[in-house]
Amino acid sequence: MVVKKVEMRLTAQQDVVAVRQATRSLAVEIGLSIVDQTKVVTAASELARNTVTYGGGGLATLEILTETAKQGLRLTFEDQGPGIPDIDRAMQDGYTSGNGLGLGLGGAKRLSSEFSLHSEPGAGTRVVITRWKG
Amino acid sequence: MASTLLPEIIARHENELLAEWLRLQNATLTSRRDRTSETQLRANAKDFLRGLSTALSKGAGTDVETPAWSEVRQLLTDFSRERVAQGFTPSETATFVLSFKQPLFAEIGTEFAMDPKSLQAELWLLTETLDKLGLYTFESFLKSRESVILRQQQEMMELSTPVVELWTGVLALPVIGTLDSQRTQIVMQSLLEAIVEKSADLAIIDITGVPTVDTLVAQHLLKTVAAARLMGADCIISGIRPQIAQTIIHLGVDLAGVLTKATLADAFKLALQKKKLTVTTIQKS
Amino acid sequence: MDRIPILKIGSLLLVTIQVDMHDQLALTLQDDLTARIVRDHAHGVLIDISALDIVDSFIGRMLGNIAGMARILDSQTVVVGMQPSVAITLVELGLSLPGIRTALNVERGMEMLQAEMEADGGADGREKG
Repeated sequence: MVVKKVEMRLTAQQDVVAVRQATRSLAVEIGLSIVDQTKVVTAASELARNTVTYGGGGLATLEILTETAKQGLRLTFEDQGPGIPDIDRAMQDGYTSGNGLGLGLGGAKRLSSEFSLHSEPGAGTRVVITRWKG
Repeated sequence: MASTLLPEIIARHENELLAEWLRLQNATLTSRRDRTSETQLRANAKDFLRGLSTALSKGAGTDVETPAWSEVRQLLTDFSRERVAQGFTPSETATFVLSFKQPLFAEIGTEFAMDPKSLQAELWLLTETLDKLGLYTFESFLKSRESVILRQQQEMMELSTPVVELWTGVLALPVIGTLDSQRTQIVMQSLLEAIVEKSADLAIIDITGVPTVDTLVAQHLLKTVAAARLMGADCIISGIRPQIAQTIIHLGVDLAGVLTKATLADAFKLALQKKKLTVTTIQKS
Repeated sequence: MDRIPILKIGSLLLVTIQVDMHDQLALTLQDDLTARIVRDHAHGVLIDISALDIVDSFIGRMLGNIAGMARILDSQTVVVGMQPSVAITLVELGLSLPGIRTALNVERGMEMLQAEMEADGGADGREKG
């Protein structure tokens, strides 16, 4: 159940900073540990940047979720950009070699409790990550 | 759903029902009489009876998970939590609900003596409902108790991972007991925070007290070492017993680049060396 | 456009990052530092990230680029003051920041760089990666 929702337009770099700060604020609000805060804000930064840089801009939706025994933060990043042609490769790209133009997707997944990605060439991209508390 | 006369019966005979219920409670819980005042008990019972009555008068069925029963459920959850804190058993706590059967059955018996069909319907409704509420209470109790245990475990974990400063800028973290995912994270954080706090650039993680090391634990240790290095501190892992060394090799875990020593003493010696310090005997003059 | 200030201390350059940087600011810093290393004949670059509460892949790459460019210009880079949760997150991400030396704080970082310069590239540098 969504108890709080914040929508943010992502068009310029400053918006990536704004998303980081908004995510941090919500993470503090639901009482995530400092390490988990850092993880979710870092993941948000990666995905927000992708939306601006590769997606031609889009929308970030930040939601606080409450379920029977737990609370979490769900972040959705959507754009109407060119889409990702080879998702498997995009997920592997960059990180373990420590260089290159990784899209940060693999990293964002590793830093989150849940991760989902929908993308089709010509139909935009939608990435949803969730970080549960505890 | 046929309507029930239970709410009316409960309202009319509230005092007798409570008195009888209290008598039964005290009979089964004689040794616990000191743990909860009778006034408190009576108040709890009254609230429950009223809640039961209200739910039934609204036409709530025997499915106690429906919204119609939410107030009663809340009552029982709060009650269970108190009982956990007071040291009661789950059965004793569920008895709170179940001991309503006898007094209520008695009243219904009297009320419907001339009408066996209604009697049967009302008895069935009552039994089903009270049984389910009793079970709900039992489960609430267990959940409450689990969360208390979890909290205590957390506190124990935090207490059992002390970070010791062996020398200026040299920390030691003696890990005792099994390392699970959650505990390792706490251990990791304590160490890294201590590194910042004490400006220590050397940390010895001693695992003499860790009985087994599996792939996950090994990975966590390596992550801790990597994180410390990113911060500008080096780690030495000590206390690796022969069995653990074998396990690590078998698991194929790569300890390349990680300093290891068999004992904490050896690790300390190495730490002193790195700090360009030495221990000498004081010469007698 | 705002820029991150660069301080010269002897033959070292000190940069303290205290703002949540957007990408352009980071790129500007890269350029500015490279220019200053040449202009001031700097032999060491100290980057203080103790105020950064996240380091994502972009910032990580920026630090790597700075270290790489500095090395080409015969200068050493040390990153200091990384926060524990940032370190843990970087490890989870698998970002190892290769070729970047780290120290606990500015003081230690300076000691490291001084020692490097005196020994002229010897010693047991804490090279990553």
